[in-house]
This record gives sequence, C-alpha cells and structure tokens, in this order.
Amino acid sequence: MAISDKKHNLPDNRLERVPEYGCAPTGSTAQMRLADTWECNPGWRGWFSTVDHKTIGLRYLVTAFIFLLIGGIEALIMRAQLSLPDQTLLTPEQYNQLFTMHGITMIFLYALPILSGFSNYLWPLLLGSRDMAFPRLNALSYWIFLFAGVFMYASFPLGQAPNAGWFNYVPFSGPVYNTGPNIDVFALGMVLLGISTTVGAVNFIVTLFKMRAPGMTINRVPILVWGTLTASVANLITIPAVSLAFLLLWLDRQVGTQFFDVANGGKPLLWQHLFWIFGHPWVYAIVLPAMGIVSDALPTFCRRPLVGYTAVALATMATMMFGFVVWVHHMFATGLPTVSLSIFGAASMAISIPSAVAVFAWIATIWLGRPVFKTPFLFFAGFVILFVIGGLSGVMVAAVSLNWQLNETYFIVAHLHYVLLGINVFPVIGGIYYWFPKFTGRMMNEKLGKWSFWVMFVGFNAAFFPMHIAGLLGMPRRIYTYSSHMGWDSVNMITSIGSFIFAIGILIFLVNVMISLKRGVLAGSNPWDAATLEWSISSPPPAYNFAVIPVIASRHPLWENRLNESSERSSLSEGYLLTTGHETIGTSPIDAKPQVILKMPGDSYTPFFAGLFVSLLFVGLLFHWWTFTGVMTAACCVTLILWMWPRQSLVQRAVSNAGHSSQNNSEKI
Amino acid sequence: MNLFDHNRSLPIGSDAKLSTGWWGVLALIVTESALFAYLLFTYFYLSAQTEQQWPPEGLPSLTMPVINTIILLASSVSVWASEHYIRLKQIRWSIGLMALSIILGISFVLIQLIEWHKKPYGLTSDLYGSLYFTITGFHMCHVVIGIAVLLLLLVWLSLGYFDDRRHAAVTIGGMYWHFVDVVWLFVFATLYLFPYSDSV
Repeated sequence: MAISDKKHNLPDNRLERVPEYGCAPTGSTAQMRLADTWECNPGWRGWFSTVDHKTIGLRYLVTAFIFLLIGGIEALIMRAQLSLPDQTLLTPEQYNQLFTMHGITMIFLYALPILSGFSNYLWPLLLGSRDMAFPRLNALSYWIFLFAGVFMYASFPLGQAPNAGWFNYVPFSGPVYNTGPNIDVFALGMVLLGISTTVGAVNFIVTLFKMRAPGMTINRVPILVWGTLTASVANLITIPAVSLAFLLLWLDRQVGTQFFDVANGGKPLLWQHLFWIFGHPWVYAIVLPAMGIVSDALPTFCRRPLVGYTAVALATMATMMFGFVVWVHHMFATGLPTVSLSIFGAASMAISIPSAVAVFAWIATIWLGRPVFKTPFLFFAGFVILFVIGGLSGVMVAAVSLNWQLNETYFIVAHLHYVLLGINVFPVIGGIYYWFPKFTGRMMNEKLGKWSFWVMFVGFNAAFFPMHIAGLLGMPRRIYTYSSHMGWDSVNMITSIGSFIFAIGILIFLVNVMISLKRGVLAGSNPWDAATLEWSISSPPPAYNFAVIPVIASRHPLWENRLNESSERSSLSEGYLLTTGHETIGTSPIDAKPQVILKMPGDSYTPFFAGLFVSLLFVGLLFHWWTFTGVMTAACCVTLILWMWPRQSLVQRAVSNAGHSSQNNSEKI
Repeated sequence: MNLFDHNRSLPIGSDAKLSTGWWGVLALIVTESALFAYLLFTYFYLSAQTEQQWPPEGLPSLTMPVINTIILLASSVSVWASEHYIRLKQIRWSIGLMALSIILGISFVLIQLIEWHKKPYGLTSDLYGSLYFTITGFHMCHVVIGIAVLLLLLVWLSLGYFDDRRHAAVTIGGMYWHFVDVVWLFVFATLYLFPYSDSV
C-alpha cells in the first residue's frame, strides 16, 4: 500500500499511515487477529485488569441493581412499620437511618450508575467504535463507584448510618446536633462517589465527540447518546457543588471551620443552595438517559422511526438548560424573597414544555406505528403514563402557593416516586428486557415478562397513588409512625400492600433473568429487527465490537432499505480494518470525518489500584489516620504517574529518536 | 462511498489536539472551573450577609500578592514557550524553559506560604479565615499538583520522549497549568481586590 508523502517530514508509517480498508468476515485472518488482540486475560488477572467497556457496563448494571434491591428492602421495612398506626417495629432513630439510606441508595448508588451501565455497554456499540475514549478511566470510574457504595454502607451494620435524609440539611447534620460518625461517612462517601461520576462524565463527553464511526454526523446519533451526553455535561458542571458542600460540612464537623455555623456567622441556607444547585440538575441526569432508552427502543416496537428526532434531541437539552435554573423550587418554604420564588416557580413550570415535546413524540410514534406488544413495549408505554402523572403533580408543586401547602408532605413523596420510578425504573427494566439478548445471547421469557410488568405496574400505582391523598390529608413525610386519630390508616395500608405487590413484580423479573440466562431461547444478532448499530453484530458482541469500523449514512443503518429515505447506504461489512494492535478511528466532532488512528490501551491494573488507594485515602480521613492518609496519597500519585507514563505502544512518545524505537519498526529503512 | 476519502493518510496515536487526552483535559478544566465558581459563590454569599469586620485585618496589602500574581503569569508564558520550542525542534530550550516554569511555580508557593503565615487569623478562628484558607488552600493544592505535572514533563523531556511530532503530554499538561494560573486571577480578584470595592 502506498504511503502518501508529506512535505515536512520523512514519511514514517509509525506516525501516520493510510488505514487498511476492506472486509473482515468471520474466520478471516483479519478477524482472528482482532480477536487475539482484544480478548482480555483469563482468570482473576483479567477480572481485575479488564478495561472492556462491555464488561464494565455489565458490572455497573449488576452492582447498581443490587443497590436497587437493598434500597427496596429498606423501603419494604419502612412500609411494614407504617402499614398500621402506632407500630413499634422500628425505633425513630432506626427509621431515620432507613429512610436516609433508602434515599442515598436509590438516588446516588442506583439511579445514575444503572444508566452509566447501559451507556457504558451500549455507547461504543451505538457509535460504531471499539471502545470508549478512556478505557482505563472507565474501569477507574466503576471501581470508585463500588468502593464508595461499600464506604457509605460501612457504618450501617453498626447502627450509625447517615440519618439526616439524603439532602442532609444543616444544622441538623452539623457537629452540634449529630455527633456520631453517621454524617461523616455520608460526606466523605459523597466526595468519593463524585470522583467516579466526574471521570465517567468526562469519558462520555469525549467519546461522543471523538469516537463516532465515520459518517455518523452529530444529527445521526441515537437519542440515548443525547440523553447521556446532556446528563454528563450537567454532572461535569454540578457535581463540584455537592462535593464542595459535603467537604465544607466535613471541615465544619471535623476541623472546626464555620461555614454553616450559625453562631459564628455561617449560613445554613448556603448548604441548601449548594446542594440543590447540584440536586436539581441531578434529577434530570438520572432521567434523561432513561428517556433516551425509550426514545431509541420504543420505535423498534412501533416498527417506525421515532417521530420528531430533532425535537426530542433539542427537548432533551432544553430540559437540562431549564434544570440549571430551578433549584430554588426545593427551597420555597425557606423565606426567600417573593420575586425569587416567582422566577424559579415560572422556570419550573416551563420545564413542562420540553417534557411535553418528548411525551407527544412518543405518543405519536406509537400512534403512527404498528405496535408490537412485547414486554419492553409494555414497560415503555407504562413509562409514558407514569411520566404524565408524575409530570402533572410536578407542575402542581411548582406553583408557590400550593407548594407551601404540600411542602414536606407525602404528596411530594408521591411526586418524586412517580418521576423517579416512572422515568427511571420502568425504562431501565424495559431496557434490560430489550438489550438482554445483546448482553447474553439469549431472549428473556415473554410470559414471565408480561407478568412482571403488570404486577409491577399495578403494585406501583397501588403503592404510590394513595400517597398523593395521604399528602393532601396532611401526613408529613419522614415520620416513623402516626396515630389512628389522624385518619391516615387506610391510605397507608393500601400503600404498604401496593409496595409489596411491586416487590413481587421485581421478584418475577429476577426469576425471569435467572431462568433466561440458562434456558432462554438463543437470540440472533438482531432478534427485535431493530435499526441501530449494536444489532448489526453478534450477540453477545465480540471483544473488538466491530470487525470493520462501519461507515454510516443515516440514523437507521439497519432499516435503510425499507425506509429508503435517500440513495445512500451505510457500509457495515466494508470499512477500516485497523488490525495493528488496539486501534480505533478518531473522527471530527460534528461531521465525523476520520481524523486520526487512535491507539487504545490494553488491560491494566492501574485503575483498580488507583481506585483502591483513593478509597483508602478517604478511610484514612474518616478515622483521622493522618499518616495513613499521607501514605495513600503518595500511593495514588505513584499509580497515576505509572498510568500517565508516555508509551511507545500508544505512540505518545517520539518514535524517530534512536534508542527508543526498538519495537514496531517493521518498515525501517 | 464518497462520504470521505478512505485512501487519505491519518496520523497515529496521541497527536496533540487530535488526541483524546486533549479533550479530556478540557473537560477536566470545565469541572474544575465549576468547582472554583462554587467556592467563590460561597465567599460572596457569606460576605454579602456578614455582620463581621470583613476582612478582619482591614483591607489586604496588595504588594506581595501582585508580585506573586506576576510570577505565576510569567510561569504560564514560559510553559507556553517551552512547548513552542519543542515544535521548533529545540529541545534544550524547551527543557530550560520548563525548568524555569517550575522554579517560578515553586516561588509562588513559597511567597504564598509567607502570606499565609502573616495572617492574624487561621482556618478555624472565624468565618473569614475559614473562607480565605479554604479558597487559597484549594488553589494551592492545584498549584502543587500542577508543579508535579511540570516536573514529570521535565523528566520526560530530558529522557527524550518528545519531539516536534509527538508531544501531546506537554500540550495537555501545559493547558492544565494555564488553567491553574487563570483561576488564580479570579481568586486574587475576589480575595484581594473585591474588599476595596466597598471602601471606594
């Protein structure tokens, strides 16, 4: 193959080359070479050192789902306590810890990580790449997430779990009123988890802008990618607010600073601002990618493309833009000036506009399509209904006057569960039904699937709809019991029964997963006859994802012949081969023109150790083991230096220098 | 298939601003800028409502902080020049300038430590002290990490790892150092210049 000559330097095929272009059918030399290169080490070595986005994605999914189950069990215990008046199953302090851990678990350890799982697994497959932009950072992100989760649960068995609610208001969470280790565990755990979320967000953003297959222009990426991108940008901007808030709180508690100390001029409302500047964008970060799952998967079951792709993509970003300026609606009852309340109330109501755009796009897709009522479709359609109910109660509480009435009542609990379970859990379970064949190569059982949906859907509404009424009857949230004179008995009983029915639905789903893993019908590469790239490769996908990097000509590479939108066709079997080591193609940010051959790192232990040392550093801070903390900081630095050390194999170093170029110089003159 | 010419030659590996690392450091800078924005928000939020003497020692003296700011900015220029000389294939100049940047960075740290020592209040003595030492402490952390990065770049330059065609690490590390310097201007304006606005 001819090497094009460049004016400024001698052509050096280690620094630039014309990438091989062609086909690599199964069994060809090129395909075998790829399999050899990308397959990770077997055994425990591979387990600790893998950077394969598919493995990491599945780990995220499984770990986050375990946290969902833990958080669910906590909820069931609380519902048992509240099923009848004057119960004594739990003490007030136990109840405080349970509702706090329930919130922390569901919101921080389940809701975003599960979506990171989907995105990690799916992004390179959706975008036609061989891995994420930073494979090692991806592994680091998972390890820190896991360690942070364990960290935040460490004091739970000792009966000293965080106990001030998931938004942890000062002064109750300050050093005067909360003297145990409870809040310190939460504070340091959140800073640690913030590192994981941040590096994960960086990875998604860079992957989107650099790693798309040639031809996948920015207006051809799936909506899930838009959702995760938007969420990642938001995380990048807002995670520092909450990490800072928790760090300042820890400093107040353990070092003696005075940020939130009322007696010395500190301000408790500072906490609320910093927390909700993060907190509100976060609730969109944990729903937008899930809405993306629906926008991508629902059309498959409607047998037509999504109605209003551009509108939905723009609505996704508009929702987040509004999401940055609505945090004060969590603080309507704190005595802020009326003008501020009006502005934030209006902005909160305006969010219903982009949300409605998305809802009408989904309804129109179902309306104009020919729906196939498979299990994933049921979950996605159910999601639309729950989203509308949760959205409506959201508009209600955005009104300042009504908000004052309903603040801190069960109405708010009902609203937030409708939106978080409705827009996160239902799409997630639907998404697992949808992509399970891609993950495992086997279909999930349809009959059990339909049962799990209907039981969950009925249980969910029985559990959470009555909470609206409990709220209107004046029942405050976060009380550990109530007297039967209050008239809240029957709504609570119905809620508790509903919550157990919902749990049975989840159980049926889990049984289905177990059975299908072993005995599910074998799935081909595209069992749902779907349109996007991940279905063009075998199930489960090979380690290298794509034998050739595809060239994309439309939003629906697998439906081009039947949609016939233009004369151009994507090329899925012919493209860049890139079989010289771990390679993939880097493209330009907007129109995805090939720009660079990226050298990807292979398996590495550094992410595991970096994650471990960082986590131990936080353990040191928690126990005030200053020497240990110092040693761990040093260990972290050494690990990072090894990680960053420029490598010949990644062409991070000069290769023309004599003495440094002993390898890879096959064509040296 | 005429979407693009697949017979075009493409660079391989970490080629300066085509590398993922370059995009990574830009994303890092976005999130770190946000962190400093929240720190300064905290300062303004608390100072707007305080009833204490603010700052406790009266208006801060500007002489040393201004000199220190100039030192830090000079180090940014010399990091920029160091990268420039790699592209001109004059590695010795590049090494020299990188070493100069490190010396300037360390001088900033030393002068800042003296500034800290001169303050009549500490991290825990009052609200202003908590803010002052937390904000400048955060910045100091970033400077120390930045110096460590520059030191690594110096070692790698000396080992002959980089030439005019492959030096993404210098571009990326240099960008981080520029960020650390620019963010100081905001910290400096907030802690040293802003108190004067009330007294005018």
